[in-house]
Amino acid sequence: METASSRMPEEAYFNARVDADQAQLLLAGDCRAADLAELESVLAAWRAAGARSLDLSEAGAFDIGPAWLLRRALADCDTAPQMRGSLPGHFAYLDELLAGGSARTADRPPPPRQPPALAQLGRQIEARLHSWYEALTYGGQVISTAGGAWASLKRLRIPSIVRHAYETGYQAVPVVAVIAFLISVISAYISAQQLRPYGGEIFTVDVVAIGVLRELGVLLTAIMVAGRTGSAYAAELGVMKLNDEVDALESMGINPYEVLVLPRILGLVIALPLLTIVADFMGLLGGAMLTRYLIDLPWPQFFTRLDEAVGPTTFWAGLVKAPVFGLLIGLTGTLRGLQVRDSSRELGRLTTVAVVQSIFLVIFADALFAIFFLEIDF
Amino acid sequence: MATAPVIIAVRDVVNRFGTQTVHDGVSFDVHAGEVFGIVGGSGSGKSVLLKTMLGLRRPDAGVVEVEGRDITQMSDAELRDVKRRYGVTFQHGALFTSLSVTENIILPLVEAHRLQEATLQSLAELRLRMVGLPVEAGAKFPAQLSGGMIKRAALARALALDPVLLFLDEPTAGLDPIAATAFDDLVLYLRRTLGLTVVMVTHDLDTLARTCDRVAVLVDRKVIVDTLPGIVRNEHPWIREYFHGARGRVIDGQQGGAGHGA
Repeated sequence: METASSRMPEEAYFNARVDADQAQLLLAGDCRAADLAELESVLAAWRAAGARSLDLSEAGAFDIGPAWLLRRALADCDTAPQMRGSLPGHFAYLDELLAGGSARTADRPPPPRQPPALAQLGRQIEARLHSWYEALTYGGQVISTAGGAWASLKRLRIPSIVRHAYETGYQAVPVVAVIAFLISVISAYISAQQLRPYGGEIFTVDVVAIGVLRELGVLLTAIMVAGRTGSAYAAELGVMKLNDEVDALESMGINPYEVLVLPRILGLVIALPLLTIVADFMGLLGGAMLTRYLIDLPWPQFFTRLDEAVGPTTFWAGLVKAPVFGLLIGLTGTLRGLQVRDSSRELGRLTTVAVVQSIFLVIFADALFAIFFLEIDF
Repeated sequence: MATAPVIIAVRDVVNRFGTQTVHDGVSFDVHAGEVFGIVGGSGSGKSVLLKTMLGLRRPDAGVVEVEGRDITQMSDAELRDVKRRYGVTFQHGALFTSLSVTENIILPLVEAHRLQEATLQSLAELRLRMVGLPVEAGAKFPAQLSGGMIKRAALARALALDPVLLFLDEPTAGLDPIAATAFDDLVLYLRRTLGLTVVMVTHDLDTLARTCDRVAVLVDRKVIVDTLPGIVRNEHPWIREYFHGARGRVIDGQQGGAGHGA
């Protein structure tokens, strides 16, 4: 015996009861959309009991949804159940609806079958290769647009480049400065501790200076900018794509690469080296402060030691990487943004991809630079 | 129509944005089972009026009663119960682009009730059939649908909770005349078979003439409500321009046939 009821203001209560011994279902009161869940469970219990008779003599009005479920349940019965009372008025309308097709769900197309594992692997490889091909094509298109744009200043969109350099560079100064300062303090602290047993605390300056100038300054800045700007580029272009704004530009005969992509990438290529200089400065400042208080190295001596530790190329070995990282982040962010189609979920997915891939590319390129500099003894 | 019970009563509603008054004492009734059209120029506050009737915006003064209950003074929880009584379609469909059509339709059901997956699929099929979409369309995503199909899918989603009230914002805008006529027929069919009350904002004069029992015109921060032939005869200069301008002749020719009696 199963009983269920629910409240609706100013209406007859819906009340459903299944008599398992008789396989009888009794429905009373108005059955509204709010009663769908109760109706579903009593229909299941009724069918499990054998569904032999149905009592609708006390039933009130039905909404379409519940009427549809009841009709479905009746259609699924092997033998028509004994009826008391009259069927809901909507059954005529539902019959009319179904006149064109069968009442069963079976006419829905079957879900697509999983292809065999080998075929799946092949498809994944093909998709990966295609994505590389797309990225290469994209890079080529940007380069050819850039080549054309050098011809005239107007096509280079200087104001737009300046705006993007301002937004991605100047506005990121505080966060980049704080991060660089903190990281250099941490690395100075750890190396001072490690070098103390050997009496080589003075080499803390070497570690911090070379570490910050060659690697940490530019790498941390690039990673911060990838998170900050790579995502912004992908999201901006993605929304424009969803809004057909990119198509609108193209329809006006304006090259979207020229007005949307190139200024963003060039802005970043300009901004990232400048940010790197800020990060280098703050990193050295952090190192100087820590050595001053941790190993009691006076300021003048720090700078003398710094001068000895740092070669003529150390600063440039870090800085020269910055425009390359900027290019990688800008290309990835804009490409992923332009790949957005159709749905808001794609926008989120590709924004994530843009950030993850640009950080990956930055670190990968950094490793290549390290090997290259080692080989040419830079 | 006049004898049918009042389902929405708007009384002396005032809406202001800063110093700008959009509605200054708007009053009208919507009767159960009628198709009620709202027209007005750009910026006359059609959308604001619709939002006020939906309970999405509280008016600065006045009362909106839905089925006899004042929604302007309700708590959020009470308002949610009222909202389950109506379905809404938005001008551009507002289907969730990351969900398939079926998932869009069952979303309100999933949120409101605990139901088996098979039941949800079956109910989605019912709504698709009700709006005249093929069952296969349920697996598609909004981006794969034509404009007319998006409007129908949005209507299917609006019908998911068996509403008694249907609000349609520009239901036929952007549709070709054949698709627009088919949509009008669909609205009339649902009204006739399910006894729905329909409130629609529309600029489509053919839709007004074919479907609406009564029309509310928003002019001069007030509202003028009448049957369509009555509105067409109104002497207000903006209304004359609207119905008798270059685009208004269609209505002119149908004056006799369009009305359903006052």
